[in-house]
Amino acid sequence: MLNNFTYMVGGQQGSGVDTSANIFAKACGLAGLEIYGKREYHSNIKGMHSYFQLKVNSQPVRSLTSKVDLLASFDEETLAVHYDEVSTGGGVIYDPKTLDKKITSIPTLDKIVVNRLIKRLEAQGLNLTIESLIEECRRRGVHTYPLPYDEILTEISKKSEKKFSELARMINVLAVASSLALVELEITYIERAIKNVFRGKAKAVEENIEGAKIAYEYVKNHYSASFPYKLKSQPNGKRLLLTGNEAIALGKLVGGCRFQSYYPITPAADESIFLEARAIFRLNGKDEVGSIVVFQTEDELAALTSATGAGLAGARAATSTSGPGFSVMVEGLGWAGMNEVPVVVTLYQRGGPSTGLPTRHEQGDLRYALHAGHGEFPRIVIASGDIEEAFYDAAQAFNYAEKYQTVVIHLVDKALANSNQTVKLDPSIVRIERGNLLSEEDIVKVKSAGGEYKRFAYTPSGISPRVKLGTKGCVFWNSGDEHDELGHINENPENRVMMMDKRMSKLELADSEIPLGEKIKYFGSEDAKFKVVSWGSTKGAILDAIHHLSEEGIEIGFLQIKMLCPLPSNDISKILEDSKVIDVEMNYSGQLGGLITEKTGIKVSNYIVKYNGRPMFQDEVYQSLKDVVEGTAPKRRVLTLGA
Amino acid sequence: MALKLADFKEQIHNDWCPGCGDFGILSALQSALAELNLEPHQVAIFSGIGCSGKLPHFVKAYGIHTLHGRPLPYALGAKLANPNLEVIAVSGDGDGLGIGVSHFVHAGRRNVDVTYIVHDNGVYGLTKGQASPTLKLGVKTKAIPEPNINDAVNPIFLALAAGVTFIARGYAYDIKHLKDLLVKAIRHKGFAFIDVLQPCPTYNDVNTKAFYSGEDRLDPLTKKPRPRVYRLEDLGYDPVVRADMTKEQVMAKIYKVIELSLEWGDHIPIGVFYQNETMPTYEQRLEQRLRAYLSNPPANQRLNTPEGFSATDISEILQELSV
Ligand SMILES: Cc1ncc(C[n+]2csc(CCOP(=O)(O)OP(=O)(O)O)c2C)c(N)n1
Ligand code: SF4
Ligand SMILES: [Mg+2]
Repeated sequence: MLNNFTYMVGGQQGSGVDTSANIFAKACGLAGLEIYGKREYHSNIKGMHSYFQLKVNSQPVRSLTSKVDLLASFDEETLAVHYDEVSTGGGVIYDPKTLDKKITSIPTLDKIVVNRLIKRLEAQGLNLTIESLIEECRRRGVHTYPLPYDEILTEISKKSEKKFSELARMINVLAVASSLALVELEITYIERAIKNVFRGKAKAVEENIEGAKIAYEYVKNHYSASFPYKLKSQPNGKRLLLTGNEAIALGKLVGGCRFQSYYPITPAADESIFLEARAIFRLNGKDEVGSIVVFQTEDELAALTSATGAGLAGARAATSTSGPGFSVMVEGLGWAGMNEVPVVVTLYQRGGPSTGLPTRHEQGDLRYALHAGHGEFPRIVIASGDIEEAFYDAAQAFNYAEKYQTVVIHLVDKALANSNQTVKLDPSIVRIERGNLLSEEDIVKVKSAGGEYKRFAYTPSGISPRVKLGTKGCVFWNSGDEHDELGHINENPENRVMMMDKRMSKLELADSEIPLGEKIKYFGSEDAKFKVVSWGSTKGAILDAIHHLSEEGIEIGFLQIKMLCPLPSNDISKILEDSKVIDVEMNYSGQLGGLITEKTGIKVSNYIVKYNGRPMFQDEVYQSLKDVVEGTAPKRRVLTLGA
Repeated sequence: MALKLADFKEQIHNDWCPGCGDFGILSALQSALAELNLEPHQVAIFSGIGCSGKLPHFVKAYGIHTLHGRPLPYALGAKLANPNLEVIAVSGDGDGLGIGVSHFVHAGRRNVDVTYIVHDNGVYGLTKGQASPTLKLGVKTKAIPEPNINDAVNPIFLALAAGVTFIARGYAYDIKHLKDLLVKAIRHKGFAFIDVLQPCPTYNDVNTKAFYSGEDRLDPLTKKPRPRVYRLEDLGYDPVVRADMTKEQVMAKIYKVIELSLEWGDHIPIGVFYQNETMPTYEQRLEQRLRAYLSNPPANQRLNTPEGFSATDISEILQELSV
């Protein structure tokens, strides 16, 4: 098998799983290969199990399959949790010193897993040790590769005159170098990847390259010919290897975001940290220095309200959070809506309710994003389906916010935030549209024509010209209380109706002005009898599933909804009427399905939902769609794969 | 052309109760802005919710009437986006020391150049007189059924603990003195806090104008009331921390502020308690990091090319992330 390979690396949190995954991904990327990977971790700093799963291919990759071709484990728990995910013909790298450990004495291993393993091993007449797991792998036709980490580290320690104990943290590099030796990727890519990942730390680069070479040689000498999967470098253009967090941060910068507030929360905070580390950049050519203020607040209400203050002052402003933080922000959403202030909230969904599954995936906040806040005010809610879209949407969110002078909620999720992918982005096509924003000179004109500047002037479009705080020649008032055209408190019933109509009509305007391509995307044949609807990061798995089905002659369409408010109901109706609608979502209740029924009257025939905290795999989506077409699927299927 | 108080008057109906201390705060603020020769468009006043929250509507300046307890984060966001704005925040004591108190504490440690006025009337005025966080333990005002079961926060002491670099107390009926305090506070480079004793004739029948001016304490000789409120400057008190002071001198100053903050009853100090300009402002700290922050602040950066595309160049970052 050449250049089609799923890799998994796992170990205790804090032992460098991320670093090894980064080195692996970079090395493959530098070798011209395409990658898509996901990171899974506990809400814990050290000790609990975490892993990274990556798919490598010669063509762009957009989702994962549940089967793994090579599992590299640093510790026994990784084996216990994942050994059964390894495909026949695949391989397992393990530390031989763990063989006689009992699976019942791994303190962090979940009881449900332990009990499952006990049943499974006893049924095969095997005892409860790690060795039995390896034995089961062998019986299944999985190649097993003992990698004596201690032996290799001792060798390195002799060469480098470093103490063994100081080198222990290099296990991650040994694991990844061994893996790449098995698939026979040229070592130069590993060296370049290590240089890149340990950028700026010359000593670490040197040590890790040394260690990688020794492990690489060890595996080459002992095992490599036996492993059927191979990776070979291929010519390819320059691409970016990005996480969702990074893509959104970059989109914000290009989109002109100049104030980002945040209160730390998973999986949103990495975006703000990335921005803070790159807060100075060139603007308008060579000499102008631009900058973004990244403001860490005391809570999320301060995050949203300070961003709103910055928006009033005329900066493009945003805040990023996940469910719990969004809940804290809610009062501020209504205020921004009421006062028509442009502000962007990036909402990274994770497992809820409450702190829920803090580091796991879910799309459970659609209904909340649509309705959060008391009373009624216009908001724009968009959702990105992949890393590339997330970049452009993060930039476009500011155009919406400023043109329609309101809150924009950009829905993304944990799977998107913590996946990485090789992508191509083109910042030069990003447009900046600041909407109806008056300058000092415009105010002079208004006045010389005998007019008065009124912030909430009643206009047929619902959009009143905006000025930045500090603009000379005028002032305005804002109030969360209902207000008149100047912004002063007003409880008059006629004024109330006028102002409600003005604000709410902006949604109709947005609906009529925003091009369809920014609101929905349709994939597949228009005449397909079965059509999937979904939103957010399920996109890749759905596209891959329907692609495989179409190779088998089963045509299924896919309608991806990007604009959730205002929902393009008529266009959705046109596409979905007369077809069997399959709603695929990462939540319990099928929130989008319900929304579509509410807005269009179209009923969903089948729901495929998942809420175990792990993103959808293409193979489980494939199978469930196939069952729907073949008429064997239940009305609502709950997907359960993922460790 | 010098500006007058009238230039900062917005002609709309003022719905505060007759005799409310808020009127004194309003005219002191308008006079201070005029005295500082600021033009209305240069000033942005952020308020919370309460009787006090309505203040910006009565001032001709950018007036942002925000959420209950949240004027500070809105104000800080605006100031950091455009440090050239003169930003003032206004709270009630429930607003600023109850629901929004964490923002106050964190504003202290940031030292953004914003002036913060708290209308300290001991009650939640707009919700009809419940006890506010500055009402003392055991005090029973008109609208509360039982004496206050909570003790009070001490705004001056709290401000000191939070790291506020300008701490003052004014009295709403001593308008000229309050105006002078506001001028100093606005000129202060950093976060300036003024606790304003504000009688609420409608709901606070304990801390009344008569109480503060000591109408129940007649001088036996002159038969004139002996005010409970006194001015720190009349004692020759010097609130300023200077760069050349020793650590011991600074500590002595801090102890003195604590001592003064605990005075109440028959001796209620007003004036500047503490002023420390040796601490860099948040804006200066940002300038250190962001180089052109002050000369090219977030709100003023031009974001688009003449053709309407993004003017932000991220090529260096893309280089770092490319394979
Ligand atoms: C989140 C929220 N909770 C409660 C209220 C109701 N509320 C309006 S004004 C107010 C109290 C105001 O008291 P204070 O801040 O002392 O201002 P004052 O009226 O005394 O000037 C309250 C609780 C509100 N507007 N918002
Ligand atoms: S209730 Fe008290 S604080 Fe409010 S306006 Fe009336 S007197 Fe002033
Ligand atoms: Mg009050």
